[in-house]
Amino acid sequence: MTIHESKRLWLACGVGLAWFLLLLWPMLGILPEGLEFGKTFTVFGYVAVAAVFIMFFYQVKEAGYLDSVGTPIKSASGSFQKLYERTPRWVVLSIVLAFAIAYPLVTGRYAHDVAISVLIYVCLGLGLNIVIGLAGLLDLGYIAFYGVGAYTYALMSLHFGMSFWLCLPVAGIVAAIAGSIIGYPTLRMRGDYLAIVTLGFGEIVRLILNNWMSLTNGPNGILSIPRPEFFGYSFKSLSSMYYVILAIACITILSVYRLNYSRIGRAWEAIREDETAAELMGVNTFLLKLLAYAMGATFAGFAGAFFAARMKFVGPESFTFLESAMVLAMVILGGMGSIPGVILGVLALVALPELFREFELYRMLVFGGAMTLMMLVRPAGIWPAKRVGRRSEEAE
Amino acid sequence: MDLDFFLQQLINGITLGGLYALIALGYTMVYGIIQLINFAHGEFFAAGGYMGVILISYLASQGLHPYVCLGISLVLAMGYCALLAMAVERLAYKPLRQASRLAALLSALGMSIFLQNGLMLTQGVYDKAYPTEITSGGFQLGTISVSYMQIFIVGLTAALLVGLNLLVFKTRIGRAMRATSQDKIMSALVGINSNRIIAITFAVGAALAAAAGIMVGLYYGSVNYSMGFVPGIKAFAAAVLGGIGNITGALVGGLIIGMVEIFAAGYISGEYKDVFAFIILIGVLYFKPTGIMGENVDDTRV
Repeated sequence: MTIHESKRLWLACGVGLAWFLLLLWPMLGILPEGLEFGKTFTVFGYVAVAAVFIMFFYQVKEAGYLDSVGTPIKSASGSFQKLYERTPRWVVLSIVLAFAIAYPLVTGRYAHDVAISVLIYVCLGLGLNIVIGLAGLLDLGYIAFYGVGAYTYALMSLHFGMSFWLCLPVAGIVAAIAGSIIGYPTLRMRGDYLAIVTLGFGEIVRLILNNWMSLTNGPNGILSIPRPEFFGYSFKSLSSMYYVILAIACITILSVYRLNYSRIGRAWEAIREDETAAELMGVNTFLLKLLAYAMGATFAGFAGAFFAARMKFVGPESFTFLESAMVLAMVILGGMGSIPGVILGVLALVALPELFREFELYRMLVFGGAMTLMMLVRPAGIWPAKRVGRRSEEAE
Repeated sequence: MDLDFFLQQLINGITLGGLYALIALGYTMVYGIIQLINFAHGEFFAAGGYMGVILISYLASQGLHPYVCLGISLVLAMGYCALLAMAVERLAYKPLRQASRLAALLSALGMSIFLQNGLMLTQGVYDKAYPTEITSGGFQLGTISVSYMQIFIVGLTAALLVGLNLLVFKTRIGRAMRATSQDKIMSALVGINSNRIIAITFAVGAALAAAAGIMVGLYYGSVNYSMGFVPGIKAFAAAVLGGIGNITGALVGGLIIGMVEIFAAGYISGEYKDVFAFIILIGVLYFKPTGIMGENVDDTRV
């Protein structure tokens, strides 16, 4: 790095910090009692020190002083990747599965709880992955199907006494129908119009759940939803619930994998890459887009039914736009269209924040910031999907 | 009696519609120029509302007349949000100009969550109330009540709209904005600094949103850190409804959404008023996917 470049960098850093002070001070420092400076400068001081430290570190790295540390790490990660690629797929899968099965035996209650929510989000993320990652339809109201599934189980078990196992497919089917209803009018739209309409639909579903007092009990939600039973065995403990969701998640992973490498999956990818061209090649885009919505919604419906059974309670505030945004973030952070990517994305956004419980207040702030930062440094996701074909504009 | 009720709702609808239109303008201008749904726009609106309440209560405690406080705070809050928007644009959107649109969208979503929680951490989770000496007051017109605030809101909205129109259609910056929105490369070739124009577009949109934030705060009497989301979505719906990228469209769309909301609340059901706004949006897009004013998108968009 030349002196000139380094000067420019430091100048940009200085300007940015001045800007930050200018934006921060009115929010913290202007009070009806008078102007206050101490608090603002404390916060500003922390941020400034962090910024200068990062800048310094960056420069040292650019200058090559850290090569002695960086090169071994890079080569180690390279050889790890080689090892991963050489290991047969079934070995990796059975190690992961064995770990997943043994997990509740070696960990505590809190870890079970985190693992259950991770697996719920895995189902949701993979479902959304069909809609957005494979078919390329941007859906911002996806959580509505989760809600539909949850309420389906809650109402059916309470009013008709139906068992969880019977309700699970029913919840999937009801969610798929809801997906088709939402999908049908939006099929003519593309891109951002689709985004806003699905967002609108998601809000509509939430408002209906919130206001249809006679059916959903409104904002109070539905209480005392029964846990699943299996020939007299009641899944009361957290670890038994863990195995239920593990099974659902495994089925989801398997189905999404099979769908991805089927004719339907290919057709979805064709629609994602170029809808007009796909249509000209004889792909029934209308039906397949509808199918993508329905399939995505089905998995959300399963996850929703489980969620209702696990919490023993459903309320409309579990199905807000923020949840949709979270699931979307998981899919995109992990890598759209890539199954291990989505699972990694879920782990990154559900499990990691749990480790920083003490900073509860700052959790969402960091989450938002991390989301932006991630897009800036790695927009394709942690584990991008491997392309099966090659695009004409890509180099040979 | 029924006519009175209708007229009352009409006045309320115009007030609310004007506010939605102001927020929608920011969405539409940014979308017109870089094809990005700026999710953080709702947060500029909320930040504007907060700046209003902070500055008004500070200035009022210094003994200034409430309306003078309001004027000064309005200008300062608009300037503040313009700076905030430029900072956000520089940090979160500019590096992603060449990246996929999904990346930019997600970055915007992240910024929205970040700003909303930043607001919560600095200002607390509870509502902040505007001083009542500003928000109260009004007069009766027959049986219809009109508050001074409503007149102020409609007047200021109209003034800002006229100002924006002059900026976009009569100044060099406006011409550069229109050129950039039509073709970034060509306008760069004729010497327009497109980065600067994009930053200015963000600043102008955020300033309008800040004004709307203060007015919503005055209209409802208080502000909340999460107030940006729902009006933000509705304003975006308004922008899409009118044909995104189109200034007149944003105005028409905002008025329609505001009217639908108020009339649905008055005549059908208060709880489902938001549902009707979204149903209208979906209906219009189903039959005319480019929005109401969508046809002439190419020659009038910002």
